[in-house]
Amino acid sequence: MIRRLASRLAQAVVTLLLASLVIFLGVRALPGDPALAAAGEEADPATLATVRAQLGLDQPLVVQYLRFLGRTVTGDLGTSTRTGEPVSDAILSALPVTLQLSVLALLVAVAVGIVAGVLAARYRGRWPEWLASVFSLAALSVPVFWLGLLAVLYLAVGLGAFPASGYVSPLTDPLRALHHLILPAVIVGLPTAAVVLRQTRASMLGALDSDFVRTARATGLSENRVVWTVALRNSLVVLTTIVGLQLGTLIAGAAVTERIFGLPGLGKLTLDSVFSRDYPVVQAVVLVVTAAYVVINLLVDVLYSVVDPRIRVAGAAA
Amino acid sequence: MTAVVTAASARQEPRGPRGARLRAALRADPAGAVGGALVVVLVLAGVGAPLLAPYPPTQVHFALPFQVPLTIGFPLGTDDLGRDLASRTLYGLRSSLQVAAIGVAVSVVLGTLLGLAAGWWRRLDPVIARITDVMLAFPFLVLAIGFAAVQGPSLGGAAISLGLAYVPHVALTVRAETLRVRATDFVLAARAMDARAPGMLLGHVLPNAASTIVVQATVILPQVVLGEAVLSFLGLGIQPPGSSLGIMLSDAQQYLYRTAWPAVLPGVVLALLCLAFNLVGDALRDRLDPATGARR
Repeated sequence: MIRRLASRLAQAVVTLLLASLVIFLGVRALPGDPALAAAGEEADPATLATVRAQLGLDQPLVVQYLRFLGRTVTGDLGTSTRTGEPVSDAILSALPVTLQLSVLALLVAVAVGIVAGVLAARYRGRWPEWLASVFSLAALSVPVFWLGLLAVLYLAVGLGAFPASGYVSPLTDPLRALHHLILPAVIVGLPTAAVVLRQTRASMLGALDSDFVRTARATGLSENRVVWTVALRNSLVVLTTIVGLQLGTLIAGAAVTERIFGLPGLGKLTLDSVFSRDYPVVQAVVLVVTAAYVVINLLVDVLYSVVDPRIRVAGAAA
Repeated sequence: MTAVVTAASARQEPRGPRGARLRAALRADPAGAVGGALVVVLVLAGVGAPLLAPYPPTQVHFALPFQVPLTIGFPLGTDDLGRDLASRTLYGLRSSLQVAAIGVAVSVVLGTLLGLAAGWWRRLDPVIARITDVMLAFPFLVLAIGFAAVQGPSLGGAAISLGLAYVPHVALTVRAETLRVRATDFVLAARAMDARAPGMLLGHVLPNAASTIVVQATVILPQVVLGEAVLSFLGLGIQPPGSSLGIMLSDAQQYLYRTAWPAVLPGVVLALLCLAFNLVGDALRDRLDPATGARR
């Protein structure tokens, strides 16, 4: 168990280092000379050389990369060229919005997906299964942001059931915050709900057909108990990996939904920065997103082996 | 392959002896057959856009903005600049298909190479695992932002970043399939006869992995289509005057409260295209991938 965790941790560190190297080199590939940008277009070669030395651009690439790593690890993500403020401030104010949206979306997706998936497996060949497969096909085919546009038009503006835009911090008013976030969260979560549904249904069908469920039935448990406790608990394990793999979908969905619902999250920050060529912010957001991805997948993997003893054993044997 | 069969039978529908093959395909998998027919119709519409579209997609008719569908001369109406929505949709569909083709080609080619290498040469496996881990850590949106920052947003950048984002998915599947085939008796026999690796991979492993790769490609297709629409909607993909269903939606958002139809149309077409790919993909998976097919 410990050995498995250690090797998984080492893998994650290597992945993070490689990702940071890719980002570092990618930023170097950007058009334009940072020293020229800092010193101004009319700077003479001598000033330019001084600025270059100040920024550390005269050092070998390896040194530059190590310095970049050092600054990043200590939380110094640079200064936004657009606002002149520290990038870390901008990220700290945007991150909670995106985090709330993604977590809420994930909760909605998992809840809807599990319940619908279990029902589809339990009532195989009857209308709940048919309904579930129509739902999952639709949720995987309909563009999320299009649904967002229509939801704003008909549910928020037309019916007035939800606010059309804006963000309220849950610290000031939890209920209003939820009211603002629930519609975008449902929309962001739809494709993930479909994936969870399909996975739950498939693993439930397998579980309902297995010996341990037959044993549970033989002990006289009601079918509901068998389905919702015995079989489902076994199927949940598989779901943990989906969460990690769905993160990319959730992030993309969150970014575009933030734009439609006017939420001041990471997606909005990134888009604003890309279009104003605010490279320090873009670089920092990319770093944060990739780091979050690696860390979350590491956590999922650890959780996975804690939940399922079979993996623990297999990991120890390997 | 089912797509080809159902597509062929769908095209034969009007003539032939009351389409015996069509009926057989319909009976075997009605949803897949419908999906196949939809794919054929939409691909023909996209490829034939220059012939089918009544106007160039960017031609404006300033005197005729916001025409409703079924207006004479504008079968699906016009947008705020009086551009023909039918023409714009056809050309947008064409772009979606272009990006989908490039994106899926990138992910399938690179993913297959990485997967074959990782599954065959065990020493390469951990190295390739780290590479795919790193690639997974960059969602397509992040890649596209990188491309847009370096060389400006473009169709090619969007297609390549979407393709790269799905390389790990293909690589993982192909690796698993390679490991499976590598352990089979006929491969052992061939290796005992001193067969060379490239020949083995091309001659034995790849043909065996082909159906898995096809299934994986159909899973990726709709995601790439939706990804392109998202990127173009955000201004990170295809740029005007290029055509994209995502750009149409982004335009329509500006006058959404005046008229919703220009926003509804491209979304419906996108949903139909993805639905068609998903239906065909599900049907193919049922037929080609017995492991998951049996459980369904």
